[in-house]
Amino acid sequence: MSCQLRFLQYNECSILVEWPAIIDENMLQDILRFKNIIKNNCVKENIEVITAYNSILIVYSYTIDNINSVFLSLRALYESQNNEQLIDSRIFKIPVCYDAEFAVDIENFSKEIKLSKSEIIKRHSEAFYTVFFTGFLPGFLYLGGLNSTLHLNRKITPSLNVKKGSVGIGGKQTGIYPQDSPGGWHIIGNSPIELFNSKQNPPCFIKAGDKVKFYPITKSEYLKIQNKVLLSTFNSKKLIVND
Amino acid sequence: MIKVLKAGFYSTIQDLGRFGQRSFGVPVSGAMDSYSSAFANALLGNDKQDAVIEMTMTGAELQFTNPTTIAITGANMHPELNGKSIEMFKSIKIEPNDILTFSRLLEGFRTYIAVKGGFLTETVLGSRSMIKGVTKAIKIEKGDVIAIADYVHLENSKNAKLNFKPKILSNTVLEVMIGPEFYKLSQAQQDALFEQEFHVSRYNNRMAYQLKPLFQNNLEPILTAPVLPGTVQLTPLGQLIVLMRDCQTTGGYPRILQLTENAINMLSQKNTSNSLKIRLKG
Repeated sequence: MSCQLRFLQYNECSILVEWPAIIDENMLQDILRFKNIIKNNCVKENIEVITAYNSILIVYSYTIDNINSVFLSLRALYESQNNEQLIDSRIFKIPVCYDAEFAVDIENFSKEIKLSKSEIIKRHSEAFYTVFFTGFLPGFLYLGGLNSTLHLNRKITPSLNVKKGSVGIGGKQTGIYPQDSPGGWHIIGNSPIELFNSKQNPPCFIKAGDKVKFYPITKSEYLKIQNKVLLSTFNSKKLIVND
Repeated sequence: MIKVLKAGFYSTIQDLGRFGQRSFGVPVSGAMDSYSSAFANALLGNDKQDAVIEMTMTGAELQFTNPTTIAITGANMHPELNGKSIEMFKSIKIEPNDILTFSRLLEGFRTYIAVKGGFLTETVLGSRSMIKGVTKAIKIEKGDVIAIADYVHLENSKNAKLNFKPKILSNTVLEVMIGPEFYKLSQAQQDALFEQEFHVSRYNNRMAYQLKPLFQNNLEPILTAPVLPGTVQLTPLGQLIVLMRDCQTTGGYPRILQLTENAINMLSQKNTSNSLKIRLKG
């Protein structure tokens, strides 16, 4: 896949590269490939590369003097890339407890979309979700691939305090709140897994291009995993299905 | 060590922030007015990475337990050492048990205190900048004890002093660049942005500054995309939201303008009593 890209200066030291405004897995591969090439090409420079659905933002640690020459070299880099190269992608199985204690909005959600709770859990946990990028909060994954029968607009009045680990649905998206936060998504469960740990560098073990699958656990399994996480004896590598 | 006798309205430890962590959704953070914080460090011959205290609106009350040298920059909160006025933009010798206070806000909104060798609080992901969700402490509290570098006064050390008043406090023109979605505005709307006068609303903090009045528009939301400190978002309700140092890494509102680094520093020194004009960077 090779796209018509838009290059623009974002501020004194950063450049935005934009793909067409769509959510697409092939385009995600193209974006991540380009990100890797940029990083490999700038190993000696201190740069930061931030990606989202259809963009890459390159932040340099200095003011860009000649913007046109940077645009030219970025274009040349993009055109030189090998489209065959696949982004390494892992599949993570994330435990979720869908018990009423955690699923504070599932009752109402079930009425709104006219599906039983067990059907919601089945459809939510059978899909493989693609991680498009991390944003909003430290460790918050933007996941694509939610079953369309589970789509429902955000709550009209957001909750002031959504608990850490909450698994929610908002519009066409599903995700996990990595910390306590205000939020407008319908909460249907909770995961004991820590998606962001500031004591580790890098602080997240799941990244853009990976896949995520949820699996239902009981309250006692939840507590067991939570305990391991608290004692820092939980090994996140065990969540990888295909290594 | 420094003992915090009073914390002030909102005081935090800040350095240059967490460069390289944004792809994990971690805000960059760092001093709101990076110019003034760098200035304070420079007066002491510190590294530009060294952490400073950032105080908002009202000052802290600090007691020093060992000798050091400090410098105060940014907003003028009328600093006093043991009850006597001291100068800003100058290195000041500190003796054990000295007490630093601030009596009232005279100009600007954020004051910086640098100490020789920097404040030695916890480093998380390469930075000491305090922020919720990342560092354990999210602001300085009364009763805190903050470690500082050991320092012995040199016999003939001259006090560095720079005799000028930074324009950062008095300037009211925000210099901007065009944002990615600027061209979705009509010509009349584009012109209005640079003619109208804006005020800082009471919704202003380290994450964002909202400007008044509302700016009517019919722009559609965008696919969630990267944003930076200084990005000006326009909501469907017409709120102009200027993202600041602790902002999220991505957003879904149209990004119509982008403040220059200088303009971010300048806006950081404004509060609800200030009016502003927006000008395109030449």
